[in-house]
Amino acid sequence: MVTILPLELNGVRVARRGKTLLGPVDLAIAGRGCTIIMGPNGSGKTTLLRTMHGLERPSAGQVGWALPEPATRARQAFVFQSPVMLRRTVRDNLAYPLLVQGMAKGRARDLASQWAEKVGLQDLCDQNALSLSGGEKQKLALARALIRNPDIVFLDEPCASLDGTATREIEAILQAAIAGGTRIVMATHQIGQARRLASDVVFLARGRIVEATDPHSFFTDPQTAQARAFLNGDIVE
Amino acid sequence: MDEIWAGALAGLRLVVTLDPALVDITLRSLQVTLTAVVIASAIGLPLGAWLAIRRFRYRRLVIATLNALMGLPPVVVGLVVYLLLSRAGPFGVLGLLFTPTAMIIAQVIIITPLIASIAHQAIRELWADYHDLLISLSTSRRQRIATLIWDGRRALLTASLAGFGRAIGEVGAIMIVGGNIDNATRVLTTAIALETGKGDFALALGLGFVLIGLALAVNIAIHMVSRTESDGRW
Repeated sequence: MVTILPLELNGVRVARRGKTLLGPVDLAIAGRGCTIIMGPNGSGKTTLLRTMHGLERPSAGQVGWALPEPATRARQAFVFQSPVMLRRTVRDNLAYPLLVQGMAKGRARDLASQWAEKVGLQDLCDQNALSLSGGEKQKLALARALIRNPDIVFLDEPCASLDGTATREIEAILQAAIAGGTRIVMATHQIGQARRLASDVVFLARGRIVEATDPHSFFTDPQTAQARAFLNGDIVE
Repeated sequence: MDEIWAGALAGLRLVVTLDPALVDITLRSLQVTLTAVVIASAIGLPLGAWLAIRRFRYRRLVIATLNALMGLPPVVVGLVVYLLLSRAGPFGVLGLLFTPTAMIIAQVIIITPLIASIAHQAIRELWADYHDLLISLSTSRRQRIATLIWDGRRALLTASLAGFGRAIGEVGAIMIVGGNIDNATRVLTTAIALETGKGDFALALGLGFVLIGLALAVNIAIHMVSRTESDGRW
């Protein structure tokens, strides 16, 4: 099957008002699995995710996909830390990405109902999405991201404000997506979550990648002082 | 005080007896105003949404101008439309002067900036919420505008109702371009002005109460039809 991967970042730098927020960064994301992006607050995790997805324009360097731009946009998705809910029902939120892609309304609503069932929101289909709990909103946002069957999904700390049950449910959905061949790139602060999901880890500090390795090496033998401090729960500047 | 009571009674009598002249000018008021509101909303709502999502060089100037046009003096609008539609004017050949169409044109000019400005404010806040998501889903500009208008429809309803409120009570412009001709272009506001001029304050007040009642009824009906305040936060 043709895929938009690999994603390659070459010398990517993001600066705003003269201040460098990220980079220069070189990174390649290919194959299957889950890349976990870790790092202290302000290290550039969100900026990196947004730049890869195209929400931020690099000041220098290139973000490249295997396919040309128009084809890549619809085959990737983004889940935000604070889920953005359209002021519609749960079903209509799920159907929205399909409708804007040109799918017929009936078919889109059927698929939306199926996805609502997959993520356990079937009883809330006709409910106002704004009235959902935080965990339900994030599940809805994740299902909405996955409904187009994207090649890659970027997630920005999706479980940051969720309880254990909701986090477990989100991780189960992510595991199913990974098993189905969707590439996941996720920023998280939760070391436990990174251990559970990561197939590789990217560690950022001050806007630069200081480690990019497999999870076993990262968690057992971090190579940099920043990573060691981060894993020990120390303050990393 | 007596005159106010007399006006209320006169208004009640006119309504209860379904006075043919009252029904005629009320229906004309509604026809002219609602047509103007529909046209102005069709222009103003997408314009407001477009201004909220589009970035261009003189955007701030356009928004400031639009806001300033909310206070457009109706008499000046009436005068300009009169000149455009008069025999000697560029559109004189259409023969629209002193017709309900001319009144609709004047009202559209008056209320479109108002609707567009309020719509812009409402959509701007919604766009701040939706921005990243709609960009992420690679929606087209047209899809973004349609989504913002649909999801912000209740706030936009307020914009249209503000336009309705201004249009239904407007007298200066439609008096100039409509001429207040009996059975042709007389509406509630111009009838009130006429009766006041004739010194029949009771009838003028009666018509005024009918006008207020009509504005209230339309607002309540639209809120009920669109079920605002009934579905929690939308």
